[in-house]
Amino acid sequence: MRTNDVMLQTATKVVTFIILLFAVHIFFAGHYTPGGGFVGGLLTTSAIVLLMLAFDMNTVRKILPINYVVMTAVGLLLAVGTAAASIVFDVPFFTHAYDYFDLPLLGETSLHSAMLFDAGVYLVVVGVTMTIIQTIGEDE
Amino acid sequence: MSLVFLIFLPIIAALFIPLLFKKIGQIHTGWFVLIVPVALFLYYATILPTTMEGGTVVSEFQWIPSLDIAVIAYLDGLSLLFTLLITGIGALVVLYSIFYLDKNREQLHNFYVYLLIFMSAMLGVVQSDHMISLYLFWELTSISSFLLIGYWYTRDRSRFGALKSMMITVFGGLMMLGGFVLLSIMGDTYSIRELVAQSPELANHDFFMWALVLILLGAFTKSAQFPFYIWLPDAMEAPTPVSAYLHSATMVKAGLYLVARFTPIFAVSGTWLWLVAGIGLLTMFWGSFFALKQKDLKGILAFSTVSQLGLIMSLLGASAAGFHVENAAETAFKYAGFAAIFHLVNHAVFKGSLFMVAGIVDHETGTRDIRKLGGLMSLMPISFTVAMIGSFSMAGLPLFGGFLSKEQFLTAMLTLTEFDLFSMDAWGILFPVIAWIGSVFTFIYSFYFVFHTFAGKHKPDQLPKPAHEAPAGMLVSPVFMAVLVILIFFIPNIVGDWLVKPAVAAIQPFLYNSPAEVDVHVAAWHGFNTELYMTIGIFAVGGLMFWTLRKWQRSYEVFPDALTLNRLYDNLMFLGDVGANRFSKTYMTGFIRSYLVYMFSFLVIIVLGTFVLNGAFAIDFANLAPIGFYEIVIVLTLLGATVTILASKSRLTAIIALGAVGYSVALFFVIFRAPDLALTQLVIETISVALFLLAFYHLPQISRKEERMRFRFGNAIIAVGVGVTMTFVALAAHSQKALPSISEYYKETVYSEAGGGNIVNVILVDYRGFDTLFEIAVLGIAGIGILTMIKLRLSKKEGQHENK
Repeated sequence: MRTNDVMLQTATKVVTFIILLFAVHIFFAGHYTPGGGFVGGLLTTSAIVLLMLAFDMNTVRKILPINYVVMTAVGLLLAVGTAAASIVFDVPFFTHAYDYFDLPLLGETSLHSAMLFDAGVYLVVVGVTMTIIQTIGEDE
Repeated sequence: MSLVFLIFLPIIAALFIPLLFKKIGQIHTGWFVLIVPVALFLYYATILPTTMEGGTVVSEFQWIPSLDIAVIAYLDGLSLLFTLLITGIGALVVLYSIFYLDKNREQLHNFYVYLLIFMSAMLGVVQSDHMISLYLFWELTSISSFLLIGYWYTRDRSRFGALKSMMITVFGGLMMLGGFVLLSIMGDTYSIRELVAQSPELANHDFFMWALVLILLGAFTKSAQFPFYIWLPDAMEAPTPVSAYLHSATMVKAGLYLVARFTPIFAVSGTWLWLVAGIGLLTMFWGSFFALKQKDLKGILAFSTVSQLGLIMSLLGASAAGFHVENAAETAFKYAGFAAIFHLVNHAVFKGSLFMVAGIVDHETGTRDIRKLGGLMSLMPISFTVAMIGSFSMAGLPLFGGFLSKEQFLTAMLTLTEFDLFSMDAWGILFPVIAWIGSVFTFIYSFYFVFHTFAGKHKPDQLPKPAHEAPAGMLVSPVFMAVLVILIFFIPNIVGDWLVKPAVAAIQPFLYNSPAEVDVHVAAWHGFNTELYMTIGIFAVGGLMFWTLRKWQRSYEVFPDALTLNRLYDNLMFLGDVGANRFSKTYMTGFIRSYLVYMFSFLVIIVLGTFVLNGAFAIDFANLAPIGFYEIVIVLTLLGATVTILASKSRLTAIIALGAVGYSVALFFVIFRAPDLALTQLVIETISVALFLLAFYHLPQISRKEERMRFRFGNAIIAVGVGVTMTFVALAAHSQKALPSISEYYKETVYSEAGGGNIVNVILVDYRGFDTLFEIAVLGIAGIGILTMIKLRLSKKEGQHENK
């Protein structure tokens, strides 16, 4: 039996972007307000899962042609790389640096190397949860 | 250095043996081996003049200097005597083995390598002054002996005998190591010489008795004393040269050496005297008594070795009495130490020759069963003569070396009755009585050995091979030893001056300053004294009993087999194997729930036990925050959900209730002001409930019967116990905060140092980013694990499993 899920699909098209935006917001705001890479990553995953529920896995794969295992690896590399980069500046492993910059459009913004590390966390969380859901979902 | 090097010379020579065997096959490998003991013997003989004057030769090789471990070769009278025995008899045995072992059929490269390793080990044992290196060589003798006993490794009995001797001697060796360690702690040195020098202080140490017993265990197991003698008869499965060398002349005397070497340290104790003399005498009687039960030539000799070792041991024990009497050098006590060493020399010589004769008989007739043998006197006259000389010396007949030491043995035992310390006066009379009975049996089995083999009727039909005299080369060694036996009788004082007195001076350094002071003159004729009457009694009673042997030998079979020490050993081994297995099976059930029960019970016992022992039940409600309305509501929700999980009939209900627990906890995080945790908890709880539902959906249909969790009283008790324990821990930990929290620092520096506002996130990515790094690594591993488990299902493909 084929059900007509046009309502779900239409709603998803709108809601997914809202969730993604919220996730990005929570990720970037993490250093000052509740949130961070972990929750941001989980929310991003939930947006993708919503897509998967509304459409199907192959469609989602076409929309987002991402290899999540590679994504996990990139995330881990980014995290380790951020931590290890401090060695180049002759300070102990895992020393972060930050400063304030005047960026176009955004004005005065603090840029913090911890953000890069958090981005690693974000990628790993998205990668791992998506790997799990995808493999279990495709399993016969 | 040179003396230390000489210890290792046989092992170095052993390296070349396989090469010689493979490359120069036409010459018997034994001829090359023979050079080693002969050269060593000649070299060591040149040290004799030094030790005769009481001198010593020391050479040291630092092995692990930081731990004060060295190999120290120390040659005094005692060491040199043993060294000469090892190299001298070693040379004769190698010569004998050249004719005994066939160069085409036997694996000579194995044999001589083991033998040379053994020779090194034995030299190391008797020359080591350092206790750790002594132990090292000691275990090397056990291992090489194991290899030699199991030389014919295709036979079951060989392997059994090798294993048995290994188990028993290594057990003793380990005990001995314990004793050595204790001694080194007591004296703060590993050197035996230095320990002897401080022996009076050692006697008052708490460890003294422990060290004494442990070292004696080592000596008794190696020297086959009661009740550890059982390995020796089974070791007779070795080739006869091995039996002659290891199990009569050298290795079994390592225990005697150990007792003699440590006598100056332990002799002040009455326990030592009683144990060494008592066990020795018991062994002497026991071995001689059961020697007559044996049907195998080598079996008889094995039991006679046990008995003779017991005799020497008891003499060494008696020599300890010399430390307790005034002017021992002027009393009859001086005979004990002398007799021990003198008999040791005698025994090594005659027992070596007897084993070789047994080997010849075996080799030339094909059997060692004494019931099939007989009447070989005219066929093998030379072997018969050698056997007779050896046996008569063993029995203690005049004109043979054994007579002299047997007389002194009786003298020493008689003297013990006059000793008035350690309740010797009450029980001392037992010593000469048992010694006399043991000697009677010694007399009988000596005659039994020689006359039941060589005299009587010849039974050619029962022999696997027609009997004939051995080749000359095989006879050289036993004949040489037989000549020595007779020579010792006629020149006992030369042997005494050269070999025995320096050794006695080494055993009893507090009595004699130099070997020349050992005032013992051996004479064949002492005049009419008690010893002589006892000897005549031995001959008379022994002769009579031997005459009627056939009539009463059957009475040995009355002795029940189930009560023997061998049966005890077998049962112990069986228990160790099967019993341990069975014991493991009682608690290794294979059910995870059993292991969880153990783990949780021990957790409760250990934690609560520590609480009780340390009085840590300090529970203080003073610092508690007030309880709010919302907290009560959430706690009630939590409790309700938890009870639902436990009591629910359906798994689905349990999963939903579990989700309720998770969301309640998230609510807790909210009201305890942890927004990050609340966010994460909400999302994670959702995902995990979804995964639970997935697992639920895929449960197999067959066992999908919905039923309530069974109530088990034991589980309930353990669960309540764990809950109560953890509650106690939490309450006690809360009430006894020892240090202020570190969080103040984070609060102050979160903006100034780390440039952030969210403390939780800054801690996660900055202060303690290391943890986060590895947590995401864990996450990554979990993801890849799930991926591989699902994608690579090897077990489903038949035949690909590694165990199939």
